[in-house]
Amino acid sequence: MAGEERLKTLNDLRQGQSAKISSYLPRFAAARRLMELGLMPGVTVRFVKSAPLGDPIALEVEGRHLSLRRRDAAMISVQAL
Amino acid sequence: MAIPSSLPANRPIRIALLGNPNTGKSTLFNCLTGLRQKVGNYPGVTVQRKTGSMLLGLERAEIIDLPGTYSLAADSPDERVVVDALLGEMESVEPPDLALCIVDATNLQRNLFLVYQIAQLGIPVVLALNHWDSARRRNIVVDLPCLREELGVPVVPISAARAEGVAELRQAVAEAVRSKPLLKPVPWPETVSLAIATVEELCAAELDRELSQAEILRSLFDEDRRYLSRAGVGDEQVGRAIEAGRRELFKGGLNPGNAETVLLYRHIKDKIEPCVNASDSRRGGGSESIDSILTHKVWGLIAFLGLMYVVFQSVYSWAAPFMDLIDAGKGMIQDLVGGWLTGWPMLQSMATDGVVEGVGAVFIFLPQILILFFFVALLEDTGYMARAAFLMDKLFSWCGLSGKSFVPLLSSYACAIPGVMATRTIQDPKARLITILLAPFMSCSARLPVYVLLIGAFIEPSYGAAVAGATLFVMHFVGLLVAMPFVYLANRYVLKIPPQPFLLEMPSYQVPKVRDVALRMYNQGKEFVVNAGTVIFAITIVIWALLYFPRGPEVEAQTREAFLSEVATEQAVSLPEAEALLESDEELVAQLDHAIASAYTEQSYMGRIGKTAQPVFALAGFDWKITVGVIAAFPAREVIISTLGIIYSLGGDTDEESGDLRATMAAQTWPSGERMGQPIFTIPVVSALMVFFALCQQCGATVAVVSQETSWRYGVFSFVFMTGLAWLASVIVYQVGSLF
Repeated sequence: MAGEERLKTLNDLRQGQSAKISSYLPRFAAARRLMELGLMPGVTVRFVKSAPLGDPIALEVEGRHLSLRRRDAAMISVQAL
Repeated sequence: MAIPSSLPANRPIRIALLGNPNTGKSTLFNCLTGLRQKVGNYPGVTVQRKTGSMLLGLERAEIIDLPGTYSLAADSPDERVVVDALLGEMESVEPPDLALCIVDATNLQRNLFLVYQIAQLGIPVVLALNHWDSARRRNIVVDLPCLREELGVPVVPISAARAEGVAELRQAVAEAVRSKPLLKPVPWPETVSLAIATVEELCAAELDRELSQAEILRSLFDEDRRYLSRAGVGDEQVGRAIEAGRRELFKGGLNPGNAETVLLYRHIKDKIEPCVNASDSRRGGGSESIDSILTHKVWGLIAFLGLMYVVFQSVYSWAAPFMDLIDAGKGMIQDLVGGWLTGWPMLQSMATDGVVEGVGAVFIFLPQILILFFFVALLEDTGYMARAAFLMDKLFSWCGLSGKSFVPLLSSYACAIPGVMATRTIQDPKARLITILLAPFMSCSARLPVYVLLIGAFIEPSYGAAVAGATLFVMHFVGLLVAMPFVYLANRYVLKIPPQPFLLEMPSYQVPKVRDVALRMYNQGKEFVVNAGTVIFAITIVIWALLYFPRGPEVEAQTREAFLSEVATEQAVSLPEAEALLESDEELVAQLDHAIASAYTEQSYMGRIGKTAQPVFALAGFDWKITVGVIAAFPAREVIISTLGIIYSLGGDTDEESGDLRATMAAQTWPSGERMGQPIFTIPVVSALMVFFALCQQCGATVAVVSQETSWRYGVFSFVFMTGLAWLASVIVYQVGSLF
């Protein structure tokens, strides 16, 4: 599929889709914060929904619901499952 | 050396309570301390400081509730407070003997991350495993003996919400104070040890004292210069040492930016894997099904608006009867005290218009603060606040605010005082500061009487009810609209606070505890009365003095003489006859009293300031009487109405619905100058005056609360900025309006 050719980020997921975090884009200052909240590489996340105005988005990570802005989500590359 | 079996009697045991946000930390704190709590601020930062006293067997121990954080990487004020308090580097906070760490049993791995960081500081640890009941419900089985063995510290399962396991926890803490259990150290890989050695070597020559491993680790991982600087290392060498250490990490194949996170997470995973059996680690289905409605594109927004309507109504309307009650009580006490002091007019005025008025000016805010914090506590403790932020974030993020700014800004439409206090729910320091500075621009209920008076007296008679209503509506958004460009600019170019990534944990929905809600209301109310209340009281006394002094005895006599001759001329009688009339006519007596009050106000310091300042306000079309009213309204906006009442000799009891006041204002003309004989209150002047009130920081209480929640610098800034902006805008409105 065409979508697999470019690197997918958390921001590209569709509602209900799950993916595995592969890495953080370099020079993303907030990476550490997100990792501390459980968004570690290797972890599976599910895109729950986006907010009514489109941003931010809600994710499920290891049974927890987290929300981040799309700008930050676009810095996390994932492998769709 | 033998460790003394008990601590010296004069030094209380000190316990620090720590944990991630949303782990039930406050509930546990309230459970352990009950009413024995003290709330304040840490020196120099605006992080709330909560301490209490708890019973450990027969002794009392001091317990400090440190802010909830996910890690010790000190980039936010909350985290800085935690690290500094634990290291004993915070003024007036003694380092604790023990860290009581509360962790969520349903999310051990992430929660233990903070515990490991804390333990590395060399502090003994006791672990409270909260949500034990819901872990069991969700088939998460934690093997306690295994966990105790792997971690090396006492682990006590509790359910703070049901007060289960708290007795056992007290006992474990009491024992641990003596046995000082330390978490088993993390076996850092060779690379980290090398990096530590590098830092040590480079700093060795300049050190005043030995560095702990924890200090070096924090310096390395957080690139935080404070730890080495505090140990006496010069600025240049600190930078060099940290850089060299991080280069060492990089050479060993670690990314210095997240080395700690990756290594520690892996370590914790290995540690707890044999002890936790989670056949179903997914969260309880309840929260997600509630969220399918509460964060729904349509229903979620409807529910949100409905809830916010209730919150706003409660602060705006439901508080009113209580405020009226406080006002009536104040009036009764004023009459009572005034009665005792009839022989001493100065003391009488000071006691009633200064002291009692000042106390009343503080307590009048309590109903709104308590009601708002009732809702804030409910919204936060149920977990809904995070959802509200999720729904609203997009509306606010473009200018540096966050979704959590909504509730404080909405509340500020009732009153900025509780609104500014409610910004405590915003963790991001930049978003919080901007919200605090924006809150006083919201059209609070104290502006309403001013609008009602001016619109009722001048807009409605000229343009009809429809335009009057539209004007009132527009006035409610003038502050917000004018402030937004400044908010955008401040966020982009002025405030140099590093932005925090927006990261919101949406906790499982919970039923709030009555005690937690009640204590939150109590603590907020008390803090307001003690801190901001003192300032508000002082401002009231100062304003009273400015309006009362100087009080030359000749003023009364001169006014009386002038009044009598006026009566004599008007009624075509002789002076003695006029005097006789005054004896018998109560209305004339009241008129004379009002005239005297007006004369005193005119020559008081406040009146003189108003006259001196008038040329500045003349650019906005104000005469000296409006100027005095505007200046007297600086402590509180609504004061302009009673001040105008006094100046126009109608007495101080005048309100915004008063026909007399409206008629008197409409009849005011310029006594001299090029506009002699023309009315003072023209539409441009009225518009300028309303715009001035919309934008000006005319509320001493708000300045006091902004200062309490930030620092004096921002309190003063808010005052100067808003006043300057209000003046400029009113001048523009008047000058442009006069062209037509």
